Amino acid sequence: MEKSAQARREAKIKRFVTAETLGVPDRVPTFTVSGFFPTKLTGMTVKDAFYDQEKWLEANRKYLEVYDPDMYFAPSSASGAVHDILETTQIMWPGNGVDDNASFQFVEGEYMTQAEYDMFLNDPSDFNLRVYLPRIHKALAGFANLPPLLSIARGYNSPFLGAFANPELVQSLEKLVEAAKVQAQWSKAYAGFEQEASANGHVNLIGGITLAPFDSISDTLRGMKGTMFDMFQEPDKLLAAQDKLLPLLINAAIGMTKATKNPRVFIPLHRGADGFMSVKQFEKFYWPYLKKLIEAITDAGCIAYPFFEGTYDARLEYLQELPSGKTVAWFDRSDMVRVKEVLGGKICIAGGMPITLLQTSTVAGVKEYTKQMIEAVGQDGGFIMTPSCALDEAEPELLKAWQDAVNEFGVY
Amino acid sequence: MSGKLFEAIVDMRDKDALQLTQEMLANGVNPRDILAECQEAMAEVGRLFEAKEYFLPELMMSGEMLKQISEILKPLMEGSADEGEKLGRVVLGTVKGDIHDIGKDIVGFMLEINGFEVFDVGIDQPPQVFVDKIKEVNPQVVGLSGFLTVAFNSMRDTVDMIKEAGFREQVKIMIGGGTVTEDVVGYTGSDAFGSDAMAAVQLAKAWVKE
Repeated sequence: MEKSAQARREAKIKRFVTAETLGVPDRVPTFTVSGFFPTKLTGMTVKDAFYDQEKWLEANRKYLEVYDPDMYFAPSSASGAVHDILETTQIMWPGNGVDDNASFQFVEGEYMTQAEYDMFLNDPSDFNLRVYLPRIHKALAGFANLPPLLSIARGYNSPFLGAFANPELVQSLEKLVEAAKVQAQWSKAYAGFEQEASANGHVNLIGGITLAPFDSISDTLRGMKGTMFDMFQEPDKLLAAQDKLLPLLINAAIGMTKATKNPRVFIPLHRGADGFMSVKQFEKFYWPYLKKLIEAITDAGCIAYPFFEGTYDARLEYLQELPSGKTVAWFDRSDMVRVKEVLGGKICIAGGMPITLLQTSTVAGVKEYTKQMIEAVGQDGGFIMTPSCALDEAEPELLKAWQDAVNEFGVY
Repeated sequence: MSGKLFEAIVDMRDKDALQLTQEMLANGVNPRDILAECQEAMAEVGRLFEAKEYFLPELMMSGEMLKQISEILKPLMEGSADEGEKLGRVVLGTVKGDIHDIGKDIVGFMLEINGFEVFDVGIDQPPQVFVDKIKEVNPQVVGLSGFLTVAFNSMRDTVDMIKEAGFREQVKIMIGGGTVTEDVVGYTGSDAFGSDAMAAVQLAKAWVKE
């Protein structure tokens, strides 16, 4: 007899929780970050995903119906219209700067100069509002005319009010409201999508998202080159900025999981990988803050899903210190056999299906690889299998072959 | 020779390196000798990178120092069209659909300081642009860069077009970046994959010797 949607959800969650807490579930659990892969199923462009929400959600419904992963990643929720209104410069998206069938991409830059560390450290909110936002959204240029936030945050009389009559600021505020209204509509439709998916027995993996403090600075403020120079030129300020950001990043994650009632927090990691810095630099600039972040959110009842993009083979031992049973260390290209040797029995590990094979191999090749991977690292539980990054360009039949193989070889 | 400037660069003391350059100039040291010391230092940084003691931060920091010192020295070096013979020519670019440039730029930089002439066609470039550049500069090596999985197909299309244009036998093609691995070499019809900038240098060096 067909199980009810609720029963299917519960079975999936149980499978996950068992693996997360290092137990042996009924079979190896899987999740997928579908990225823009669903566009392939309904014959739409990636640009459509940014501009035609109904089409995009339809493709995602189809994706869940056809592939039914144990857990799914929520569809990309960026609206091209919102970026158009805000005149976003920090990313390029299909319809603006990249091909109609390419993913959105970041434009790295020094959106905060080295000389601006002091202003940031003094008041990050003020810096973000008056300096950073005008740089990443042309339509918010008027925010540069705001008085310092601290001057606004005093009562009695209101000398600051006059500043809000500044025509450029008024224009930017109007743009912000316009963008917010569009975003609110999009968000509402996504919430509806999730409810419907849930009613059909699907489970959304992630309830919150946050960044490692170093990445928060490197990805969005200083750029990779900027933070790399800072390690030599302004090491103390780079560390002080991380101290400043840490509580904000912790609270952001916890707040989101409370709002979504889903404890799993995705932490995509970028600049701490092998090759990006030495182990010595990792130990000083990256690891202490990442560890504190994960400890704080797991103490608050969350389950951390740090995604170790690239390889971490040279620094796996550090990961042994992460909270057992509350952390899922998710790998991209690390050597999974060594990962298992170092972390097996200590924290749950995820990964194991190279995206390259899902795009370039054969059905037989994918099945054989899956079988070997499960034999090598999945034997005694504590393992979740997932492709190494977003599916974007995967071949539909190879994705299916991987899932079939997990069903065949992943049963305990 | 491994003087104070050499040490400052290798130890990533950028302020000292610039100050030492100015002092050496003030003391009448020939700009060419200063540049030679910088190049020695860069070779040492490259060696430490290969030995996995140095990583991207050191490559980028030393690259920045070299750039700044070169800017000071260049106006002082008359009639120096070029610094001698090149090992070979490399056409380099990020393939269509992908706008990532950090990896490509580091590869280009390392190839240059290791004696190659690099023709960088930029980011998000269609196959035709690579073919046109190959036609123009007749390189021994082509480097295709890309961070996203969308790049696999673009790399394959680029290799196909190089083949159709009749240049495939004349060039060796290397690929690299982000999600690219050894698995993608056969799929794209390229010759080799490199995991970092020094791997690109080694591949190119080996190929031009052939």
